[in-house]
Amino acid sequence: MKLKGSEIILECLMREGVDVMFGITGGAILPTFDAMTRYPQIKHIHTRHEQGAAHMADGYARATGKVGVAVATSGPGATNLVTGLATAMMDSSPVVAITGQVGTATIGSDAFQETDVTGVTLPVTKHNYLVYDIDELAYTIKEAFHIARTGRPGPVLVDVPKDVQNTEIEFVYPEEGITLPGYQPATTATCGEIEMALRLIRKAQRPVILAGHGILMAGAMREVVEFAERTQTPITWTLLGKGAVPESHYLNLGMMGMHGEAYCNTAIQSADLLLAFGMRFDDRVTGNLATYAPEAKKIHIDIDASEIHKNVHADLGIVGDLKMVLNQLLPELEPMQHADWMEQIDEWRDDTTKRDIINQKTSRFVAAQAIYDIWRFTGGEDGGETIFVSDVGQHQMWVAQYCRLEKPHTHITSGGLGTMGFGMPAAIGAKLGRPDAEIWAVVGDGGFQMTMAELGTLAQYNVPVKVAIINNHFLGMVRQWQELFYDSRFQATPLVNPDFVKIAEAYNITARRVEQRSAVNDAIQWARAVDGPVVLDFDVEEHDIVYPMVPSGADLHDMIRRPMPEGRKQS
Amino acid sequence: MKHTLVALVENKPGVLNRVASLFRRRNFNIDSLTVGRTHRDDVSRMTIVMDENTSPAKVEQNLYKLVNVIQVDNVTMKPSVARDLALIKVRVEAAETRSQVLQVCEIFRARIVDASPTTAIVEVTGAEDKIASLIELLRPVGILETVRTGVVTMARGEDVLDGNGYKSPGNGSSSNGKHNGAL
Ligand SMILES: Cc1cc2nc3c(=O)[nH]c(=O)nc-3n(C[C@H](O)[C@H](O)[C@H](O)COP(=O)(O)OP(=O)(O)OC[C@H]3O[C@@H](n4cnc5c(N)ncnc54)[C@H](O)[C@@H]3O)c2cc1C
Ligand SMILES: Cc1ncc(C[n+]2csc(CCOP(=O)(O)OP(=O)(O)O)c2C)c(N)n1
Repeated sequence: MKLKGSEIILECLMREGVDVMFGITGGAILPTFDAMTRYPQIKHIHTRHEQGAAHMADGYARATGKVGVAVATSGPGATNLVTGLATAMMDSSPVVAITGQVGTATIGSDAFQETDVTGVTLPVTKHNYLVYDIDELAYTIKEAFHIARTGRPGPVLVDVPKDVQNTEIEFVYPEEGITLPGYQPATTATCGEIEMALRLIRKAQRPVILAGHGILMAGAMREVVEFAERTQTPITWTLLGKGAVPESHYLNLGMMGMHGEAYCNTAIQSADLLLAFGMRFDDRVTGNLATYAPEAKKIHIDIDASEIHKNVHADLGIVGDLKMVLNQLLPELEPMQHADWMEQIDEWRDDTTKRDIINQKTSRFVAAQAIYDIWRFTGGEDGGETIFVSDVGQHQMWVAQYCRLEKPHTHITSGGLGTMGFGMPAAIGAKLGRPDAEIWAVVGDGGFQMTMAELGTLAQYNVPVKVAIINNHFLGMVRQWQELFYDSRFQATPLVNPDFVKIAEAYNITARRVEQRSAVNDAIQWARAVDGPVVLDFDVEEHDIVYPMVPSGADLHDMIRRPMPEGRKQS
Repeated sequence: MKHTLVALVENKPGVLNRVASLFRRRNFNIDSLTVGRTHRDDVSRMTIVMDENTSPAKVEQNLYKLVNVIQVDNVTMKPSVARDLALIKVRVEAAETRSQVLQVCEIFRARIVDASPTTAIVEVTGAEDKIASLIELLRPVGILETVRTGVVTMARGEDVLDGNGYKSPGNGSSSNGKHNGAL
């Protein structure tokens, strides 16, 4: 079969099982867009900005576990992808980006719309390629997908010059497996490592599991729960580990870290054994490293050797796939009890419950309660399967704290890079990957406006994502830091916003403003009944703070707590 | 003490750039980095020397994250041969400087590889400190230019880095035959 490079790209995508891709056309990628007309099996979503395309591919990947695909032209098209690639890189999300490049003859001559895209994206991709030779195109794309989805997943970019897209050759799909001499992702632990782990686990009196994103990537949800139940070890999770273990599980404590539950952080600081399962001790998780979990031995299981000892010294580091390693450990583990330890944690937890904003009566329309209600009224209390996609800021933390999730892959957010503007496009990608799931994008008014143009995409393809704008007329999270650490000098955080309802309606998207808590349920049910996208503008209290909070660089147990409600005794 | 890593990498365009970019991004302080071909067309070899404050285990683990890096070996504590090569051009107009240079060369087993009526190029190979001392001795004569290749290193005897046995970068415990942690 004779095919052009552009067609080979699409043939290869089809064989990787790609059913949808996201992007914007342009001169250097025109041949591939033209070839799309001959491959209608792959749906193309025409976005409004390449950043949106990259976030959509990322959201698709996180919701499905499959590789998400973004396409862009050379120069500005490709550079617009960069923020999305960096976001995917930080959170180990499998994305393949395909970019057009100027013709091979003009590469290096500052040709029109030429950018050294493999150079620019080198530090924000797991790997990248510039394909000079049409004979290598098919194999390169196959390799790109392999690298994106295996080991520690991540984004891979393939830059294809226009003449390579236009060259015709006899197409033979490389059926053989990938051979990469320098790429052999780690899998299992050695016997010695298992022995040592067992010894540490048996000795522990106050163990805590640190549940990370790696659990979801390894698909080790069942193993982690089994481990926790067998050894009676409480679990606390990172922002990206949310949903890996059902939140109603009696051993599941809640989130750790800067805005984690105070009793989770106290438990970590008092633990004598930390079991880090697929998490990388981000600085938002550890606080001051010098005082982090001083009494605890640490067992760190991660597929990436460079994560072991990177931030926190591990007494035992195991480089391997979490699911495989836990399956090596489990048959050796006998049941254990840590009743005193659990009791102690419950005591700490009780104090947190008393301070919780959800349990406080207020006449103000408080964002945390609005977000809690979105979760409740979309079936949250019945263990619903709604997927929550958040943007970055205060609302993101409240989603993490109050949307209690039972199912894996129902929480999508930009954790490592903290990319404002991620939420809505990522939700579009997630919905295209999981058409049967109910999807809510909970976004701040600041971040929403960074990729607001994707309302156009939402409308054009009638993607039934429900967008909840938590509108506090501020860059809320930064306003919080200014209030706490900069004497309330609100430099460049107040926002004069457009009327989001009118904006949505201009796109023919159904929209409504919600101004008080009593109207929330009705608005949510109304939005759910619409067969298409909906924008809800929650006009919430402006001056609000996410509690608890570990100030940046402070000790993990040194948290700013929400004051006790009136009439309660401080304990 | 300085640390020395030897790395086998795929002989593909851009690999040196990936390695250099990694060192810059992770803030690894590298003393010297040499690259060259090997007896295999598809494999190049790097010798990386870093200062005492840079953790060789970290560098090794991060090198393994690069798809094109095949194998890394920390040879710091191994019996090994390390060589640097220098070409030093000196001014030798007077007859006595000429004989002075010849004398110094003899002591250092250096060779004159080019001579003009006014200049000579001295070639010397050896460990870095030997070359440093030679340069000090030639300095009064009048050095015009110097070029050095940077150190290349090879472990002695049966310890062979052939790219076949992957080494685990985990925990810095090399040579347990496990797959590497390339990601
Ligand atoms: C405003 C803001 C506030 C934040 N506050 C908090 C907070 O309070 N608490 C908090 O937790 N986070 C917080 N974060 C997020 C934080 O920055 C990190 O993104 C997050 O802690 C990372 O979680 P992780 O280590 O589980 O996931 P990742 O960063 O995705 O790391 C996953 C790890 O798993 C490993 N892995 C992958 N696959 C496997 C496998 N198959 N087997 C074994 N290991 C594997 C990877 O190598 C990696 O080391 C905040 C972010 C923002 C933007
Ligand atoms: C692209 C980008 N720019 C700047 C920041 C810094 N930043 C972090 S949170 C935040 C405020 C977010 O405000 P908003 O989107 O309104 O959400 P809120 O905190 O009010 O819920 C800012 C500016 C960022 N994370 N990303």
